[in-house]
Amino acid sequence: MKIKSQKDFLSGVLLILVGGAFAIGATNYNFGIAVRPGPGYFPFGLGIILALLGIVVLTSAFTSKRTDGDPIGKIPWRPLLCIVGAIVFFGLALPRLGFVISFPLMIIMTAAGGSEFTWKDAVLNAAILTVMSYLIFIYGLQLTIPLWPALS
Amino acid sequence: MDLLQNLYIGFQTSLSLINLWYAFLGAMLGTLIGVLPGLGPIATIAMLLPSMYSLQPTSALIMLAGIYYGAQYGGSTTAILINVPGEASSVVTALDGYQMARHGRAGAALATAALASFFAGTIGTLVVAAFAPPLTALAFEFGAPEYCALMFLGLVGAVVLASGSLAKALAMVVLGLLLGQINTDVITAVPRFSFGIPELMDGINFVVIAMGVFSFGEIIANLGKPPEHREIFVKKVTGLWPSKQDFHDAAPAALRGTLLGCLLGVLPGAGPMLASFTSYSVEKKMSKTPEAFGKGAIQGVAAPEAANNSGAQTSFIPMLTLGIPTSAVMALMIGAMTIMGIQPGPQVMTTNPGLFWGLITSMWVGNLMLVILNLPLIGIWVKLLTVPYRFLFPAIMAFCAIGVYTLSNNTFDVYCAAAFAVVGFLFNKLGFEPAPLILGFVLGPMMEENLRRALLMARGDWSVFVTRPISATMIVLAVGLMVMITLPAISKKREEVFVDEE
Repeated sequence: MKIKSQKDFLSGVLLILVGGAFAIGATNYNFGIAVRPGPGYFPFGLGIILALLGIVVLTSAFTSKRTDGDPIGKIPWRPLLCIVGAIVFFGLALPRLGFVISFPLMIIMTAAGGSEFTWKDAVLNAAILTVMSYLIFIYGLQLTIPLWPALS
Repeated sequence: MDLLQNLYIGFQTSLSLINLWYAFLGAMLGTLIGVLPGLGPIATIAMLLPSMYSLQPTSALIMLAGIYYGAQYGGSTTAILINVPGEASSVVTALDGYQMARHGRAGAALATAALASFFAGTIGTLVVAAFAPPLTALAFEFGAPEYCALMFLGLVGAVVLASGSLAKALAMVVLGLLLGQINTDVITAVPRFSFGIPELMDGINFVVIAMGVFSFGEIIANLGKPPEHREIFVKKVTGLWPSKQDFHDAAPAALRGTLLGCLLGVLPGAGPMLASFTSYSVEKKMSKTPEAFGKGAIQGVAAPEAANNSGAQTSFIPMLTLGIPTSAVMALMIGAMTIMGIQPGPQVMTTNPGLFWGLITSMWVGNLMLVILNLPLIGIWVKLLTVPYRFLFPAIMAFCAIGVYTLSNNTFDVYCAAAFAVVGFLFNKLGFEPAPLILGFVLGPMMEENLRRALLMARGDWSVFVTRPISATMIVLAVGLMVMITLPAISKKREEVFVDEE
């Protein structure tokens, strides 16, 4: 058998795994009976359905009429790491370093994910966005966001 | 007359200075994000929700609604001027609108789109106002089985109308339902799938998912593609007013589009996109000169624009009367209501008449503002089209990051959003459409609760769903839709429709 759609193949496998995991996890909870369904009733059924759908998608990976193999394509590591990294960094840094330091750094990290990155643009962008966000969210809407590094 | 009385209450609310301001703000923001690439109404509303706590619920909802229909509007501007539909619902507008622009009739195309939309918005508002009260009355007859069946119908609708593979769309809904299971069980208070993490016991916030998947995931996927350089065909738009002949051609098309939009907008899961597609093909079939379509036929602009706008209005009906979202945007509106302490459902009309009718009438006010915003200010929007993406995506990230954090002043939400960014990227890469996921996620807990309550009531007898007339009708409709879509002739047609879109 030849995989005719890489995308569907991977999708199917992932769906089976996720569905299976939910179904197995659901067995930890009381199942109940049809008259009085317990907390495990719904998730178990859904997990099984998801896994079944995964099988359907997986089968279609072999029966597809495509001839190009429907490749998944290259993974854009640079934007992926930069964007996800920037979000995680923001989560870590905001309570410790405060908005004024962590926010512009996050924006520069984000900008580094683009292919047309230049330091000049990124720093300028970070400065403008920081001032704007401060005015809108902290000054204007009065949201509680730590501004400066937490002492201690 | 009741209708007039109700509209009067509504206008009292929506014409107050503060609400006019928020309607304006919403319409403006909506147009902006409709014009800008890579930022849709789902991401924008999700981003703004945390900032809404401080607003009056009525003002907040008026503004969110404005963003929604404003985006339909803005999307058509880009469709006409640069052949890039800003929103999914303006895909068909690009077909003839862009051709009109190339023949030097950009002004007429833009004006037609704006006037058709305004006309449709007016009718749409009236339809919502006329049909909301009887439907609300009907909603009070609903018990757990009916709600459950209706949500089932909604989910099936979302699947049928999602683009791409049917199995994948179904999988998205089921995955959404499953993610909704991460919470504390409502009936027995058992925490489920929380792995001992206290934040997970309250469930994942749907804003986190929406933002992770729709904003962050999209950005990653967009950056992964080679940079696109937008070419603007029309530097300056002149001759805004359509000619007499244009009016003569466009008016009947706009009327037909409006009616179709009103009908299709109410359908669960359908909304404006289906409306614009259908009305375009109807116009093409009815036209004496079908060969003109795709080459700059004014009917091809008027009809879909009218349809998507009236569809956007009437898609509020299920949300307002039943408290049930039929699309991802409506799910966010429901979320906004809950955040502000209003329990969505049929009782809103009686307990909060000002909010209910104010929101409905504000849609008309907002539509009027859109005409004013869009036609004379078109130059500004054209300029905005030239903003390069490298300046845009950090800005989107910045606002989203603040939004996620301030949701509950909790960094856990930020990490969750990062995880969903990866998930959203995967969806994009593997060809899954994420909108059904959000709908499933929001409906999941509601549906489970109603399902279990229905089964409890019926002593575990599943036939309760088919023995009660309202519920049975909806189940039959849902099953009918499912069967229809799997018939070879229709599934082929469906593929064609969605191929056109790409």
